[in-house]
Amino acid sequence: MKELKLMKGNEAFAEGTIRAGADAYFGYPITPQSEVLEYLMTVRPYETTGMVVLQAESEIAAINMVYGGACCGKRVLTSSSSPGISLKQEGISYLAGAELPCVILNVVRGGPGLGTIQPSQSDYFQSVKGGGHGDYKCIVLAPSSVQEMYDFPKLGFELAFKYRNPVLILSDGIIGQMMEKVYLDESTPRWTEEEIIKNNSDWATTGKTSDRERNIITSLILEAAIQEKHVIKLYEKYKVIEDNEIRYEKFQCDDAEYLFVAYGSSARVCQKSVQLLREKGIKAGLLRPITLSPYPKKAIKDLSKQVKSIVVVEMSMGQMVEDVMLSVECKIPVNHFGRTGGVIPSPNEVADFMMKKIKGE
Amino acid sequence: MNEEIIIAGFGGQGVLSMGKILAYSGIMQDKEVSWMPSYGPEMRGGTANVTVIISDEKVSSPVLNEFDTAIILNQQSMDKFEKSVKTGGILIYDGNGITRHPKRKDITIYRIDAAEKAAETGVTKVFNMIVLGAYLKIKPIVKLENVINGIKKSLPERHHNLIPLNEKALKIGMENIYLVNIN
Repeated sequence: MKELKLMKGNEAFAEGTIRAGADAYFGYPITPQSEVLEYLMTVRPYETTGMVVLQAESEIAAINMVYGGACCGKRVLTSSSSPGISLKQEGISYLAGAELPCVILNVVRGGPGLGTIQPSQSDYFQSVKGGGHGDYKCIVLAPSSVQEMYDFPKLGFELAFKYRNPVLILSDGIIGQMMEKVYLDESTPRWTEEEIIKNNSDWATTGKTSDRERNIITSLILEAAIQEKHVIKLYEKYKVIEDNEIRYEKFQCDDAEYLFVAYGSSARVCQKSVQLLREKGIKAGLLRPITLSPYPKKAIKDLSKQVKSIVVVEMSMGQMVEDVMLSVECKIPVNHFGRTGGVIPSPNEVADFMMKKIKGE
Repeated sequence: MNEEIIIAGFGGQGVLSMGKILAYSGIMQDKEVSWMPSYGPEMRGGTANVTVIISDEKVSSPVLNEFDTAIILNQQSMDKFEKSVKTGGILIYDGNGITRHPKRKDITIYRIDAAEKAAETGVTKVFNMIVLGAYLKIKPIVKLENVINGIKKSLPERHHNLIPLNEKALKIGMENIYLVNIN
């Protein structure tokens, strides 16, 4: 029997990490995601599951604690919001280079700089196109409900360990701060030391035994030819991820003639816009990417053969729109509608924009 | 049923917790709900507002710019949200501190003097429950028993002795709301 609760997105995420069997959370407070650390400190999982909850001295310290924990083959995570995630980028690059599994939550706020504490989606480029230095990719999941904030820590750990890669959960201030119904499932127990050795001793620093070589975890490969080989190996892995892990959701697409593409809270706004347009007889639909990296290019390309035009809605000046344009290969018009700096688009203005584009304005 | 509500007032009036209790009451009645607060600098001593949606269907956008019902508890919120009520919708307000009363003719306007009634009970904290009771009299979207269950879920157990007081406040609200204009 699943437990039903009314929770904030940030609280649901925190509960989700405990129930996903996380070994440690390292964080540093920043609005609009401070409830993650607050919730963990209130619930005190260190007294029940033994999960470590630690407020580090900075975001940089927290991400490097994640590096250390991940090296040991443990399920570790951190969370922050935009400026804090920028600080973590060096660590994320190192984690990706060293092929370490971890979960990182970004509850995005408006930027650039310290920006505003209101919701935004202007960290898309940073999340899916790198962010840190070097040739690497994170797996990026975009929750659009409080339920997904609860579900994605577990999914994130599964993917992170399956591919030994950082998983970034790209949320925003709306999803973090809003309350919705959440169904809480049974807890996954934390791995025992024996299970960690069984699952991860082929790469993690679980203690060398006489029957195997040392496991060395590093992102420093000084010889160019070997570094190139390592990066090519990473990209072969990203190809496998792309072949197997793309996730998206279609909303009223079956008979759609006009399509919205939006993720996270913008996708929620667009659902309402679809309803408003359909009340006026416009056959609108929505495709919501759940994985932003890898991106559901084929699903969008397939729909581009059915619909007349696309409107990409983002709380940014236009970032994901570039990936939609690449997906449709310029075969149909792709327009962007964005509000930024912490301003949230209303369902009506999004619907009005689509109407204008349909009329050719 | 799909009811889209904005509750707006000062920080400290219990706007957010009233919204939370309403949302929890919706869950108790097997409805879909969402609760989206304004957060951040504007909350610090300034205005606070929360959008609550209670629906038979899954909630789409938790953020809206027009509402079936606006519950308005100070002048700033009146200035901001009177215009956001859908035509044919409902505006409920507390007259305390209001200098410019709502003027719209295409909506139905009710008034509940909750601050005054709360002061009469001697426990001003129940202000928000008086407002909630007033709202539920006009829009009985959730049963009173489910509201009580919602309060139980929202309050820590050590405060459950306050439930009868809250129930009384809900009833005061129900008895004292009155019509200001007819749409």
